[in-house]
Amino acid sequence: MTENSDTHGVVLTAEEKRRRRIRSLVIALSLGAIAILFFLVTIIRLGSNVANRPL
Amino acid sequence: MTDISTSRTDGLTASAAVHGALRDYLLLLKPRVMSLAVFTALAGLVAAPGEIHPLMGFVALVFIALGAGAAGALNMWYDADIDGVMSRTAMRPIPRNRVPPDEALTLGLVLAGGSVFCLGVLINWVAAGLLAFTIAYYFVIYTMWLKRRTPQNIVIGGAAGAFPPMIGWAAATGTVSLDSILLFAIIFLWTPAHFWALALNRSRDYERAGVPMLPVVAGKDATRTQILIYSVLTALAGIAPAITGLGGKLYLVTSALTGAAFVALALSVYIRREGHASDKAARSLFTYSIFYLFMLFAILLAEHALGLVS
Repeated sequence: MTENSDTHGVVLTAEEKRRRRIRSLVIALSLGAIAILFFLVTIIRLGSNVANRPL
Repeated sequence: MTDISTSRTDGLTASAAVHGALRDYLLLLKPRVMSLAVFTALAGLVAAPGEIHPLMGFVALVFIALGAGAAGALNMWYDADIDGVMSRTAMRPIPRNRVPPDEALTLGLVLAGGSVFCLGVLINWVAAGLLAFTIAYYFVIYTMWLKRRTPQNIVIGGAAGAFPPMIGWAAATGTVSLDSILLFAIIFLWTPAHFWALALNRSRDYERAGVPMLPVVAGKDATRTQILIYSVLTALAGIAPAITGLGGKLYLVTSALTGAAFVALALSVYIRREGHASDKAARSLFTYSIFYLFMLFAILLAEHALGLVS
């Protein structure tokens, strides 16, 4: 580790920041897609019972 | 920030060591292997008795694919040292310093755990259990244990690649049956002939990396004999689904013809032992073996999708 990184931490380049942003975006989209899949599978499993609930 | 400083102390270049590009992470999942796993899992899913809702089938395939990708990432993490030595694998993301090893390991572990959990919760736990076993088998039994220790690495380790149709079948039915074991057996017996045909022309690569592939340890002639034996066994296993009723008439004809061609090409590898003709014969068998497996599962898939067999 250089003295600079010890005192100021690692400074990301523009390209590194871009890659990190894309990676974060893909992770967020993947988690969103999984949430949607869970919702859709739940609806399919419930079938017609989805509307059958006490009010 | 810990991973950043760790990676930098590993001496990797600054632009590559911090975060890989999206393409590099995708390459870690071995997309070609993943596509074969998805295709054979789809065949198992469709050929299985009963019906599965199309969306449930899609969900099952997504998590089987992610599980296969997880196994690929874990394999690349562990094998990074020998991958860098072999020409076939030297361009993989970790040897090229495109992705830090700890990120590959994290990706593999998260995808492995996530895919098994989601498959279990959303589809069923038999399929999830098989997926977990497949990932563990590929990573621990094949990659960590067998690959660097025995020339039978491909034979025993090949089981990992043979599980996807069984997982697809289990996703649809919640069970394991004789027919799904037959689909497993086809790929299991196919793998040695397929990989050894490749290894015949890459034996120097494996030798340099210290991987005891059969051509390196037992010699090329012994490998040719083994290829021929496994080709015959594969061709016989390929016909078996037509006997149990899983495959129809079209499958019977296709498996018999393509199986005969498989054995003929293996015989060609066995006979042609010198020079360019020998290399060409091994290359032809390797290429054809991919086509053979694709045809068997494609016909099986088509017959069941079109209702040609019950």
